[in-house]
Amino acid sequence: MMEKIKDFLEAAGWPRLIIGLFLLALFITAPFVEVNIFTSLSDVIVRFGMWGILVLAMVPMVQGGCGLNFGLPLGIIAGLLGAVTSVELQLTGLVGFFSAVLIAIPFGIGLGLLYGILLNKVKGDEMTIALYVGFSSVAFMSMMWLKLPYKSPDMIWAYGGTGLRTTISVEKFWYRALNDIWTIQIGDHFYFPTGMIIFFAFMCLLVWVFFHTKTGTAVTAAGSNPEYARASGVNVDKMRIISVILTTVLAAVGIIVYEQSFGFIQLYLGPFWMAFPAVAGILLGGASVHKATIMNVIVGTFLFQGILTMTPSVINNIIQTDMSETIRIIVSNGLILYALTRTITIKSAKVKA
Amino acid sequence: MPDDILLKMKNITKDFYGNQVLTGVNMELKRGHILGLVGENGAGKSTLMNILFGSTVIKETGGFTGEIELDGKICNFESPFDALDAGVGMVHQEFMLIPGFQAAENIMLNRELTQRNFWVDVFGERLSSLKNEEMIKRAQKAIDTVGVDLDAKTLVSEMPVAHKQFTEIAREIDREATKLLILDEPTAVLTESEAEIMLSVVRRLADMGISVIFISHRLKEIMQICNELVVLRDGKLVKEVPTNETNPEKISEWMVGREIGGGPAREAPVKQTEEMETVLKVRNLWVDMPGERVINVDLDIKKGEIFGIGGLAGQGKLGIPNGIMGLYPAGGKVEFQGKKIKLNNPRFALDSGMAFVSEDRRDVGLLLEEPIDWNISFTVMQTQEKYLKKILGGLIKWRDDKAIAKLAQEYIDLLEIRCTSSKQLAKELSGGNQQKVCLAKAFAVRPDLLFVSEPTRGIDVGAKQLVLDTLHEYNEKYGITIIVCSSELEELRSISDRVAIVSEGRIAGILSPTAPLKEFGALMLEA
Amino acid sequence: MSILKSKDNKIARFFINNAVPILFILFAVFAIPMADLSIEYLVAEMITRLARYSFLVLALLIPVIAGMGMNFGIVLGAMAGQVGLIFVMDWGVMGVPAFFLAIIISMPLAVFLGWMAGIALNHAKGREMVTSYILGFFINGVYQLLVLYSMGSIIPINNSKIVLPRGYGIRNAIDLVNLRKSVDRLIPLEINGIEIPVMTFILVAILCVFIVWFRKTKLGQDMRAVGQNMEVARNAGIPVERTRILAIVISTVLACIGQIIFLQNIGTMNTYNSHEQIGMFSIAALLVGGASVAKASIKNAFVGIILFHIMFVVAPRAGKTLMGEAQIGEYFRVFVSYAIIAIALALHAWRKNKEAEFARRSLRVDTEEAAGTSE
Repeated sequence: MMEKIKDFLEAAGWPRLIIGLFLLALFITAPFVEVNIFTSLSDVIVRFGMWGILVLAMVPMVQGGCGLNFGLPLGIIAGLLGAVTSVELQLTGLVGFFSAVLIAIPFGIGLGLLYGILLNKVKGDEMTIALYVGFSSVAFMSMMWLKLPYKSPDMIWAYGGTGLRTTISVEKFWYRALNDIWTIQIGDHFYFPTGMIIFFAFMCLLVWVFFHTKTGTAVTAAGSNPEYARASGVNVDKMRIISVILTTVLAAVGIIVYEQSFGFIQLYLGPFWMAFPAVAGILLGGASVHKATIMNVIVGTFLFQGILTMTPSVINNIIQTDMSETIRIIVSNGLILYALTRTITIKSAKVKA
Repeated sequence: MPDDILLKMKNITKDFYGNQVLTGVNMELKRGHILGLVGENGAGKSTLMNILFGSTVIKETGGFTGEIELDGKICNFESPFDALDAGVGMVHQEFMLIPGFQAAENIMLNRELTQRNFWVDVFGERLSSLKNEEMIKRAQKAIDTVGVDLDAKTLVSEMPVAHKQFTEIAREIDREATKLLILDEPTAVLTESEAEIMLSVVRRLADMGISVIFISHRLKEIMQICNELVVLRDGKLVKEVPTNETNPEKISEWMVGREIGGGPAREAPVKQTEEMETVLKVRNLWVDMPGERVINVDLDIKKGEIFGIGGLAGQGKLGIPNGIMGLYPAGGKVEFQGKKIKLNNPRFALDSGMAFVSEDRRDVGLLLEEPIDWNISFTVMQTQEKYLKKILGGLIKWRDDKAIAKLAQEYIDLLEIRCTSSKQLAKELSGGNQQKVCLAKAFAVRPDLLFVSEPTRGIDVGAKQLVLDTLHEYNEKYGITIIVCSSELEELRSISDRVAIVSEGRIAGILSPTAPLKEFGALMLEA
Repeated sequence: MSILKSKDNKIARFFINNAVPILFILFAVFAIPMADLSIEYLVAEMITRLARYSFLVLALLIPVIAGMGMNFGIVLGAMAGQVGLIFVMDWGVMGVPAFFLAIIISMPLAVFLGWMAGIALNHAKGREMVTSYILGFFINGVYQLLVLYSMGSIIPINNSKIVLPRGYGIRNAIDLVNLRKSVDRLIPLEINGIEIPVMTFILVAILCVFIVWFRKTKLGQDMRAVGQNMEVARNAGIPVERTRILAIVISTVLACIGQIIFLQNIGTMNTYNSHEQIGMFSIAALLVGGASVAKASIKNAFVGIILFHIMFVVAPRAGKTLMGEAQIGEYFRVFVSYAIIAIALALHAWRKNKEAEFARRSLRVDTEEAAGTSE
């Protein structure tokens, strides 16, 4: 029995366990501090759906051996281009949503290709460089948003100032285009965005399918042991590029799903910090810098978004102070820090053995 | 005069987790004498020197028994630093130098001459100022004592290898206490003329009264400068003789000779290869594999034979398969079954019908984090598109997990791989079973020619025999041509039809496995 | 012929090694006329910014020597400095004594944070930079916990001017009224109407002397050794981990002093933002000055500060003239700050991989030659 508990602890990992218990405690306390548990649960599910694909976008790159994708904003930019173009074309509803996705994909492939080539040249330092590639691409696109020839009055400043607005409402176009498919509404408080969750499940399925193909297997092997893969006749650099492209495209799709639920397209410095919640999410799910699974994505996103949704409402009601932002900072960066300092010790132990 | 004895090692015995590597070694070294230490790889040379130098590896693996007496005092070194304090210096094969530092800075590394200043009283010794000029002077003196022409201000990164070697020696000399210097293959990386200078430096040191233990596989050098020599074999001291009472032939016999009955016996008859068809033709092959460089190799491998490649570690035998299979940069001409092989392209070599079991199981041979069935099937899946289901007219190549598990199970049964199931992770297996997985991976591609490097390294005796038998069986049954590279001569002789010995990146000669041991020894040691 | 060639090579190498500063000089030459700013204004700006940033940028040098790359963890020191300033403001100390008191109060905190950061980085060898970056965020959370929630509630703060109206937590912006320019103006000097912060420059000069001297101490030498090859250093008996921790501690303490100098010059403290961008700006400036992740000098620091801040001052106005849009210049400088770090890091990683390959290839030539002669 003790053994089993020990095994479970080891498999679950301390951070996940602590956060899981914390989340459970929050849900239990919620009714006592007059927080509606159904609203909360519904909020958690919606945010889970919004972030799911962005977190899923970590998987291919980690599996391909390129580490955590701190360069997520690059993929987000591809998604933004798709979203903005779809609005420019005045497309609405599901058509609008899917055309945004379709337009974003080629951008994602192009940017992912360049990004992948760069990361192949800096093996060993991928994560640091990814971080700054993400940041500088956001800043670069900020200049572009000012200058790109979009004309739709829904997107440009009405008066004073040129270029696109910092936030663009998609209310008239494809707000909740996915969420509202087969929505389940129970009472006033519980709302289940069926369409978005199904779409997320479908993306998970696609990633799962990919990792069951010949190429997907090769990507995993190239990440697991590049020397082995090379000796088996696999072009490791190519596999890494494929994984980066996949990651970038997923991020592009992910941000569009996020926006259709959120209701706004956030341009300029909006995507700047998007990588961190996604990275923290997958790490909380139990992924490491070297290995990530779809299960890690689902568990991690749920726990992390759960914490982010529940702490402001519950904790604030208890101590009458809004500490949510501070807790978010400590939890998410603490998790990333834990992963960065932990994996190295495991690796060196392996070398010793 | 007994006073003349500097070092006495008495009854040194050491095992690594039950694996006996040194048994009752006794040796003595006189002041100002040079002692040559020879032996095959794995004979226990480095372990013996690690014990003498107080390496932490020894302590971490359970220590040793026996006694070391230096200068009449019994020593028990806890760490290399204790050894250094007692006057034992060691120059390693890989340089322990900082490339961006001057020779002087390296010689004085962590023994810098310093001057107290105000801040020392506040924050401690480490804030004392360096006395650069004096350090350079002192380092130059040490270099001059070594007797080479080298400016103490030269950056290590700009030095030729020989000078790096001399810098290391100068560092040891500069410790005034140094009485005994261990040189681990100091000439291995040097050119002939540099080696000459090196030898004269060693001689000089001895004349100054420093005793030297000189490890080398070049018997010529040993004969030239050593006063005595010690031969180790299988962890036992076989011989300790004055150099002038012996000759290279005798030494090589002592080194490779096995006690009667030791080693696997040869059962199968040796194939007559003269009449057989050549399947692999290698001309002017060079391979840039660090530590195993191949300089110029010509080979003709016959169809259906088992060809052994032997030689001491670091001589380049491992470079040959790694180069032909495209894992390390290589050049030259390789023809397989009449077809030219593109080098530096593992896929091409695999597609041509060759397969390779690497000597580096952990880093090249296995996906440690993945299950056995992946490990076995991956290569064949990627190169031959087997174990895939084509869906949507081949648009999606779906991994057939059932077929993969079945394939793995076949090999698990065939090779008696001990595991819980085909889903067990490769890292959880023992060394022998990991090796069997590597073999299964290679067999699964059904190659016409199979390279196997160090097939029995690090696995237990029972598994060893099984691995060798399996190789033999595949050769007999399916006519696969097999090229085995191994450091264990006995193993090569028991399985091969011909054995080539590689020395300094070239083929020193090809012998029949039944040739006398002494001939093998002579080829290995260039005597 | 060969002399000419080697001369060409030398020039080419100079350009390659100094590509980044040269690019920025070209930018300055091109953009300054566009910006239509007076030279006096620019000079005054540069002097202010040199006084403001030098100490912080110089704080980066020591971890580079120890091979730990750009220490994004200097924000830890900056936070420590701000905590010190908050207390000084609370107690109402004035002028230069306030400056030194702030340093004395924050120093132990900086040492502690630096020591913790050093331990964390020892667990993340080879990825110090991402780790120190994330560490900055993490400690920022702890800082908020301390300053925004504990000060005024658990930790007594009496000065109502700096406490939020709700009764606890420090206000967003604190007017450092009793500290403003107290060091800068300690020794007053004006040339052509441009105010020169003499005392600040003296402090910077002392730091430069310290760095030069430090490199020649035993500890400095040990850091160089550890920075170049940890294994060799360890085998020579140098306590590698401890040396690395010391490098980070020194850097953090210097950054703490640097942040206090920075804020006394600006005169107001944005309690929750002033420290955030410090790491990024200082590192970008150092890299613009021609430093790399493995090599950085005092010269790089000063050249970098001037060039980077010329870009900073000029870009919005040049953007306006060129594109009819000041905003584009704003984004341009954000872009440049991050892009320069990305490029510098990528170049360094790429060069490192290339060098390893080159070292191997030089071996290969030997091999080929040897094969040639033996035929």
